[in-house]
Amino acid sequence: MKIALRLLLALTLALAVSACRKDTTPEVTEPEPAPVEQPEPVETVAAPDPRDYSDARNFDNPESLLSKRVIYFDFDKSEVKAEYRSILAAHAAYMASSSTAAVTLESHADERGTREYNLGLGERRGNAVKGLLSAGGARGGQMDVVSYGEERPVCRVSNEDCWWKNRRVEVVYTAR
Amino acid sequence: MRKWLLLLVLCWGSVAQAQLEIEIVQGNASQLPIAVVPFAWRAAGPPPETGVADVVAADLYRSGLFAPMAERDMVDLPQDAEAIRFGTWRLLKVDYILIGWVNDSPNGGYDIVYQLFDVHTQERLLSQITSVGPGDLRFGAHRVADAVYEKLTGVPGAFATRIAYVSATGEGASLRYELVVADADGYGPITVVGSPEPLLSPNWSPDGSRLAYVSFEEGNSAIWIQEVATGARERISAGVGINGAPSFSPDGRFLALTLSRSGNPEVYVRELASGQTRQLTNHWAIDTEPTWSPDGKTIYFTSDRSGRPQIYAVDAAGGSARRITREGDNNARASISPDGRKVAVANGRGNEYRIAIWDLETQRLRVLTPGKLDESPSFAPNGSMILYATREGTRGVLSAVSADGNVRQRIILSEGDVREPAWSPVIR
Repeated sequence: MKIALRLLLALTLALAVSACRKDTTPEVTEPEPAPVEQPEPVETVAAPDPRDYSDARNFDNPESLLSKRVIYFDFDKSEVKAEYRSILAAHAAYMASSSTAAVTLESHADERGTREYNLGLGERRGNAVKGLLSAGGARGGQMDVVSYGEERPVCRVSNEDCWWKNRRVEVVYTAR
Repeated sequence: MRKWLLLLVLCWGSVAQAQLEIEIVQGNASQLPIAVVPFAWRAAGPPPETGVADVVAADLYRSGLFAPMAERDMVDLPQDAEAIRFGTWRLLKVDYILIGWVNDSPNGGYDIVYQLFDVHTQERLLSQITSVGPGDLRFGAHRVADAVYEKLTGVPGAFATRIAYVSATGEGASLRYELVVADADGYGPITVVGSPEPLLSPNWSPDGSRLAYVSFEEGNSAIWIQEVATGARERISAGVGINGAPSFSPDGRFLALTLSRSGNPEVYVRELASGQTRQLTNHWAIDTEPTWSPDGKTIYFTSDRSGRPQIYAVDAAGGSARRITREGDNNARASISPDGRKVAVANGRGNEYRIAIWDLETQRLRVLTPGKLDESPSFAPNGSMILYATREGTRGVLSAVSADGNVRQRIILSEGDVREPAWSPVIR
């Protein structure tokens, strides 16, 4: 009886502790993929041309640049590197083709440097992305820059493997 | 049913008891030996769980300047001056002895009656009564510690003060930010505002009654000012771009802040009564983190106009900015000592950030902490210690370092990622 009671207590404690514990799995870095549309078995739908940047289906087409929506930066820098320019050109083309499209450029920094300075640095990055989107044909009213500085990291270890993932601008479509 | 009740209690406990632990990492070589004898409880009703003397001794210990004797090593526990056997305390190598008792106060609270003696000369150094309200016995004990500290070091104590900090708990979608206010020893943390979106940059009003802070609760950054006691709050600034880095002027009439409405972050000064806002800096660089000199005449801020962040100063009335810090790869987030002579900064070199002091007179930088990601320095109102944020593994903890760098203490919240400490002014 005593043992049973003890067991029950131990079990209760274990349950309680596990219920209190926070989930420690690392944050997912990629945006959750949208559910894949199952083509009708009878009728075959033509796959979108990945280079047709006016086709909204390309947002979920891994072959298309429109599916890439995160731009990464060097430490304490806000220049958009050459490798990301084609991605931004694709989004600018989409925004030029869709009058309803609107994006928030969520801008981030890694943890190095002070928090308020990093708000400024994040905004600089967001503005650099906004400038390239404008140059590609997006209109100013379609874009908002929100800098979170270092407050919303996707990775929390203090080394470069993590830091590069945090120095980013996410192109978030609020309307397509 | 009983199981779930227990579960509830345990979970509640993990939040309510999320207190700060204090541990001296590095002490001073010459600590003053003092006996803080347990105070007699002469009030009606049961004595508190933690006695007044325990609170006083813990305060003195964590200053790093005192070595309070453990109660178990005391041979007797005198309550009145006549009962002190000075010869015995001398043999125990104690330099000072503090005795006292707690009475009911005629106006409803408590009177803490205490006396401090020099064991060698038998001179009475202090004999005072501290009166506190019914719920403020701990606060009264901190005031006793302040008086003892000032008597024996010549510097006013800063124990009867509070700290504000931001704590982040949870991961991903369950991440929650809280702005917390606690006593300076970490006791009694109270969440003044909570949000699923980031909170940062708390700053105390000079009378300690209000906090200005930045909240992303509406999507973009906005500055709020909140009464600590009532929770009543007002949104001060929520324009396009950054609304950040609020800092009350020493007279409480103005708020310095950072706005990027012109296209890049600039420092502005807002008169709180009228809302009238004027631009203080004008440069394509990032200008942010304004803080006032104690006389209110100068505003120090961070700018990367020379390439990397450094501290600059500008007259609060306006004018051109001048560079202040001239050593170190980069320096940011200034906190000015109460005498106006020293600037505490987060000093960056490579990937490492340490707390350093730039001495305005000698024009020298002195690094105080080992790093590696130390930031957000905040001077104690007596200038003796600097509170700052540091990292342990992947979580943030608070630490404090003495202004001379000799004493360091770690303040750990039992759960969550703690950052952005702000030491309150002296609360009267």
